[in-house]
Amino acid sequence: MGFLSYLISGISLGSIYAIIALGYTMVYGIAKMLNFAHGDVIMIGSYVVFTSTMMMGLPVPVGILASIVVCTVLGVLIEGIAYRPLRGTSSLAVLITAIGVSYFLQNAVQLVYGANAKSFKSVVPVKALSLADGALVISGETIVTIVSCIVIMIVLNTFVNKTKAGHAMLAVSEDRLAAQLMGINVNKTISLTFAIGSGLAAVAGMLLCSAYPNLTPTTGAMPGIKAFTAAVFGGIGSIPGAMLGGILLGIIEIMGKAYISTQLADAIVFAVLIIVLLVKPTGILGKKISEKV
Amino acid sequence: MKFMKNMNKTTKQNMMTYAMVIVAYIVFQTLSVTGNLSSLMQGLLVPLCTYSILAVSLNLTVGVLGELSLGHAGFMCIGAFSSAFFTACMKDTITNDLLRFIIALLISAVCAGIFGILIGIPVLRLRGDYLAIVTLAFGEIIKNIINAMYVGLDENGFHFSMKDSMSLNMTENGRIIIKGAQGITGTARQSNFTIGIILLLLTLVVVLNLMNSRSGRAIMSIRDNRIAAESVGIDITKYKIMAFAISASLAGLAGCLYAHNLSSLTALPKNFGYNMSIMILVYVVLGGMANMRGSIIAAVALTMIPELLRGIGEYRMLIYAIIMIVMMIFNWSPKVKEWREAHSLKGAFHKKNVKEAK
Repeated sequence: MGFLSYLISGISLGSIYAIIALGYTMVYGIAKMLNFAHGDVIMIGSYVVFTSTMMMGLPVPVGILASIVVCTVLGVLIEGIAYRPLRGTSSLAVLITAIGVSYFLQNAVQLVYGANAKSFKSVVPVKALSLADGALVISGETIVTIVSCIVIMIVLNTFVNKTKAGHAMLAVSEDRLAAQLMGINVNKTISLTFAIGSGLAAVAGMLLCSAYPNLTPTTGAMPGIKAFTAAVFGGIGSIPGAMLGGILLGIIEIMGKAYISTQLADAIVFAVLIIVLLVKPTGILGKKISEKV
Repeated sequence: MKFMKNMNKTTKQNMMTYAMVIVAYIVFQTLSVTGNLSSLMQGLLVPLCTYSILAVSLNLTVGVLGELSLGHAGFMCIGAFSSAFFTACMKDTITNDLLRFIIALLISAVCAGIFGILIGIPVLRLRGDYLAIVTLAFGEIIKNIINAMYVGLDENGFHFSMKDSMSLNMTENGRIIIKGAQGITGTARQSNFTIGIILLLLTLVVVLNLMNSRSGRAIMSIRDNRIAAESVGIDITKYKIMAFAISASLAGLAGCLYAHNLSSLTALPKNFGYNMSIMILVYVVLGGMANMRGSIIAAVALTMIPELLRGIGEYRMLIYAIIMIVMMIFNWSPKVKEWREAHSLKGAFHKKNVKEAK
C-alpha cells in the first residue's frame, strides 16, 4: 500500500506541476519566451485567496474567482507593460525582463504581507477518501487536484483545437508573420495566451497551497522552476507534453523522496530530466526541428 | 602617443578595460587606506571582484560562444567547496598562508574546469532553451549533492557519507570537514581586495586574449553561424567545450575568492542556487554581449544599487526590480532605440551615417 499511496501523492503533486507547466508551455509556444515570472503569478494568486477568504472572511468560491480574475489581469498587464515593448528583440532581453518582473512581484508582496510565512487553510471542501479499511487514504486535496487537472487538460485541448481563438494561437505559434498576414491579431492572441496561462496559475497556486499550506513571497519560485522543467521534459510548446511531463516529474519527485533520499529528491528530478534530454533532445513529446542550411 | 596610435582598435579597447580596473583599484584602495570608505563599502570590495569575475567568465559562454547557461553558480560552488576543502585539510601541513591560498586557487580552477568539461560534453549537444534548462539542472544537482555530503578526515584517511556525520565511522581524533547542510566552517579569511583585483585582471587577460586569438575567432564563428563554421572545417565540439571549460574554471576561481572571504561556507539557494546564476546572467546581458568592460560595470553597478538604496529602506528591492525592467526596455526595445536615435545629440550630427550603416 505504501507504493500506491506514494504513487497517488506523486500524481497529485504532478498535476499541480502540470497545470503550472501548461502556462509555461503555452506562453513559450506563442511568444517564444521563458516567462520566469510565472511562478510568482502563482504566489500572487495564493495571496489573493488568502486575503479574501482567510483575512476578510469571504466565501471560498468568491476567493477563488477573485484570485483567477486578479491573476488573469496581472498576466495581461505584465505582458503589455514589460514584454510587449521588447517583442522581436533578443530572447535574452525578454528573459532578463521577466526576471525583473519576478523580483518586482516578490518584493511587492513582501512589502505588503511581510516575509514571514502565512499558514494557508485548505480551500478544498472534499473529505478524504479511505480505501481498503483505512490502509490507503486519499486526501480531498489530492482528489480535487487530480480531477481539476484532467478537466483543465480536456477543456484546454478542446479550446485550442476547436475554437477560432485556439486556431489563432496555433497559427501564431507556427509562424507569427504569416499569421499576421492572414488577418490574425497577434497582440490580442498573445494577450489571450498570457491571460489563460495566468488564470491557470491562480488555480495551481490555490491547489498548491491547499496541499502545502505555507505561503511566503517565494512560494512560487521553486514550483515555477520545477514546472518549467516539466514543460521542457514533456517537450516545450506541446500541451499534452506539459501534462505528461508534469505528472512524471511529480511521481519521480515523490518516489525519490520516499525510496532514495529526501535531501537528494531535487537532484534526482533534475538528473532524470538531463538523461531524458540527452536521449531525446526536444523532450518526450517535442517536435523534431529540422535545420535549414 | 605614437605608441597609442600604432595599436589597433581591439588592443586599445582592451587596454582601456585594464586601465579602468586598475584606476578603480587605486581609487578604492586609497579611500580604504585613508579611512574614507564606510565599513559597508569595505565589506563589498571582495564580493564586487567576485561578481565581476563571474560576469566576465559567464560572458565567455553567453556572449562569445553564444550559448545560454543558467548553471554558472554551480561551477562557482565547485570552486568554492574544493578550495575550502583543500584549505581545511592542509591547514597544518602547509603553513605558508600565501602558498596555500595559491594552491587552493589552482585547485578550484582545475576542479571547476574538469566539471566544465564533464558537463559540457553531453550538454553542449543541446541548443537554446534546452541547453539553458540542463545547465540550470546541473547547477541545482551540484548544490543539492554538496548539501547532503559529509566528509571527514582521520588517521585512516578520508571518510565519505551521504547520510549524516555518524555514518562516517571515524576514529576519535577525526574531524568532519564538510558537514552536510552546515558546509565548511572555519575557513581562514584570506581573500582581500588586492587578490580580488589581481584575479579579475587575470580573468580579463585570459578572456580578452582568447577572444583575440585563432581559437577565439573560431568560437565566435560558431556563435555567428554554426553551420558555416562547420563547413569550413572548424571542430565545433572542441571549441565549444574549450570555451565552456575556461568559463567554468574562471568561475571556480571566483568561488575560491568567495569561499575565502567567509568564515563559514554553506551551499544555500541564495549563494549557489539558480538565483545566483540568473543574477550573473543579468550582469552579462545588461553589460552587453561579449563586452567584458560592460559586464564589470554592470556587476559593480547592480551590486552597489541595492546597497546605495538602503536609505529608502524596505522599498529598495522594489526600486531595484523596476530599475532592471526599465533599463532592459531602454536598452533593447526597438521603439525606444528609434526614439533615442532621433533625439540624441550624437544622432543629430551623424544621422546620415547611422542610416547608411543599417
